[in-house]
Amino acid sequence: MTKLFEVPLYPYKRTADQDAPAPVRHPVVIIGAGPVGLAMAIDLAQANVPVVVLDDNDKVSVGSRAICFSKRSLEIFDRLGCGDEMVDKGVVWNLGKVHFGDRQVYNFNLLPEDGHKRPAFINLQQYYCELYLVERIRALQTEGKPVEIRGGNRVENLHCYDDHTLVTIETPEGAYNLEADWLVACDGAGSPTRRMLDLDFVGRVFEDNFLIADVIMKADFPTERWFWFDPPFNKDQSALLHKQPDGVWRIDLQLGWDIDKEKEKKPENVIPRLKQMLGDDVEFDLEWVSIYTFQCRRMEEFRHGRVIFAGDAAHQVSPFGARGANSGFQDVDNLGWKLKLVLDGKAPETLLDSYSFEREHGADENILQSSRSTDFITPKSEMSRIFRDAVLDLSEHYEFARPLVNSGRLSVPCTYDGSPLNGPDVSSLPQRTRPGSTVVDAPLGEDWLLDHLTGEFVLLGLGVDIPSDNEINGVSLTGITIGRENISPELRDRYLGNAAAAIYLIRPDQHVAARWLDCDQTEIGAALAKAIGGKVQ
Amino acid sequence: MSESVTTPNLEAPDAFYADLLSAHEKLGKEESDAFNARLILLMANRIGDLGELRQLLEAAKVDRVSKQQY
Repeated sequence: MTKLFEVPLYPYKRTADQDAPAPVRHPVVIIGAGPVGLAMAIDLAQANVPVVVLDDNDKVSVGSRAICFSKRSLEIFDRLGCGDEMVDKGVVWNLGKVHFGDRQVYNFNLLPEDGHKRPAFINLQQYYCELYLVERIRALQTEGKPVEIRGGNRVENLHCYDDHTLVTIETPEGAYNLEADWLVACDGAGSPTRRMLDLDFVGRVFEDNFLIADVIMKADFPTERWFWFDPPFNKDQSALLHKQPDGVWRIDLQLGWDIDKEKEKKPENVIPRLKQMLGDDVEFDLEWVSIYTFQCRRMEEFRHGRVIFAGDAAHQVSPFGARGANSGFQDVDNLGWKLKLVLDGKAPETLLDSYSFEREHGADENILQSSRSTDFITPKSEMSRIFRDAVLDLSEHYEFARPLVNSGRLSVPCTYDGSPLNGPDVSSLPQRTRPGSTVVDAPLGEDWLLDHLTGEFVLLGLGVDIPSDNEINGVSLTGITIGRENISPELRDRYLGNAAAAIYLIRPDQHVAARWLDCDQTEIGAALAKAIGGKVQ
Repeated sequence: MSESVTTPNLEAPDAFYADLLSAHEKLGKEESDAFNARLILLMANRIGDLGELRQLLEAAKVDRVSKQQY
C-alpha cells in the first residue's frame, strides 16, 4: 500500500515567473504549504486575492503530527469549504479515562453542549487535514480562482522594502526572483523566514520532548482517550493514548528535556513501553515513531513591515490542549479579511497591526494555559507534587476535584477583549457573545447560524429588520434578519438573554465587532469604521 | 482585605483544633503533607469564590520573622 505521505501532491513545475525578464509582483506570497499556509491560501483565493504558496517539499507531512482539530477549526474549515471532508473522516470520542500511577482514578463523558453544528473536536491525522486543504485548492483552481502551490520552491533569500519583499527562490532548475506586496510566513517552528530576517523568537517558558508513535491495533480497542499521570512505564511523566481514523492509535509519551533521542526512538525501547501501556495481550504494529521537541515561546511581534508571521512560525506551545495547529487556523482566520481590505485600498495598512495585537493576545493565552497544564503534569517542586497528587487522589473519590485535573485544556477560540477593533457593547446581553468573541453557533431554521456567515461583514438582527444588502464606503455589509418567530432557544440564550431584540455587527472572521439593543445607520457606520482600522468615516 | 476573612468564625475552636491534631496523630511527615493538601483542596471547594480564596492566600502570608528574637 502506498502511504498518503509518500505521494507527491504538488510536484515541481516550471512557471512563467522563472522566464520573466524582471521579477513578477504578486499581491500575496505564502511561505510553507503546511496546514496553516494552505488554509491561508484558501481564505484569500475565495476572496479573489491572487496568492502563491511556496514550499520546498511536494507532499503532505509524514506521520500523524497534529491530531486534534477543535470545533473552532472545523468552523473555519466550513467557511473555507472543506469542513465536511474533515468531519466525515475524523474520529469523535466522548469517553476519557484518567490514570494515576498504576490505577485508573476516574473516567468521564465529555457531553458537549447541544445546539452546535460541529463537535467539540475531532481526531484526524495532520496528513489528512493537509490533503483535504490541497484538494480544496484544486477545486478553487477549477473554478478559476487565482491560487497556485509551487512545490520544490525553496526560499533562499529575502530583501525587505517599504512596499514589498523581494523573494529569491531555489528550484531544481535554478533560482529565480519574485516580488510580494505581502509575504505571509507559515514555515513552522523552525521558520527559515524568521532566521533569514534575523528576528527574535524569545520568551521561552519551558521546553520538553515527546515520543510520538502511530500504532495499528490488530484487534478491537475502545474509542476512548486514556491519559496517565506518572505511570510505572513512564515515571514522573505523562502518557496519552488517542484514537485516529483507519484504526491508527496515537501514543504520546512525555520524555523530559535531558534525554538520548536516538536511544528512546529505537523499537526495542519503544515496544516494551507500549506493551506496558496497552496490556501484554494486545497485538499491534508500530507504524511511525518520532521525537517531537517543543519550546514554549512566541515572537515579540507577528508583523514586520510587509512580512507577517502565522502559526508555529510565530508561536509555539506544548501539545497539551491541542493549541498548535488550532491556533494557527485562528491566525489565518484573523489575517485573511484584513489583507483583502488593505489590498483593495478599503482599509489602512495599520489594520494589520490589529492582527498582531489580537493574535499575540491569543498566543499569550495559549502559552498561559499550556504552562498551567505543564505545571500540573510535571510538578516543579516538592509542594507542587504534593498538591498535584492530592488532586488526583481526591479525584478518585470525589467529583469536585476533577475540574482541577489538568491534562491540557482543549483549545477554545480566543476572545479579543480590549481589541482596538471592538465597538459598542451592551453589558446586559450574554457575556459569551460580547465584542471580541467568536460568534457562538446555534440552530437557525433548517441549518445553522454559522452557515450564514461566509466571509463578509454581517449585520445580524435578532427580532429587528435589517436590509439584506448594504454598503458603507465600499465595504459590503450583508444584512441577516432573524424574525422573532425564528429565534431558537439556543439563539435566545446565546445572543439575547432577557432582551427582546438585538443587533450584532460581525466581522468576516466570525468575531463580534459590536452589538446594540437598537441602533441607527450612523452608529453602524462608526462601528464598521472602527472594525476596519478607522478609515471609513 | 475584607474583615470577614479573619474575624473569629469557628463554632467550636478547641474541638476543631483537637480534631485537626488527631487526624494527623498516626501519620508520618509525608502522609501528613498529603493529608493537609487534600484538606486545603476540600476547604477551597467549600468556599468556591475566587476573590475570597485570594484573600485567604494573602491572609496566610503573615510575617513570622519580625515577631521573633534572634
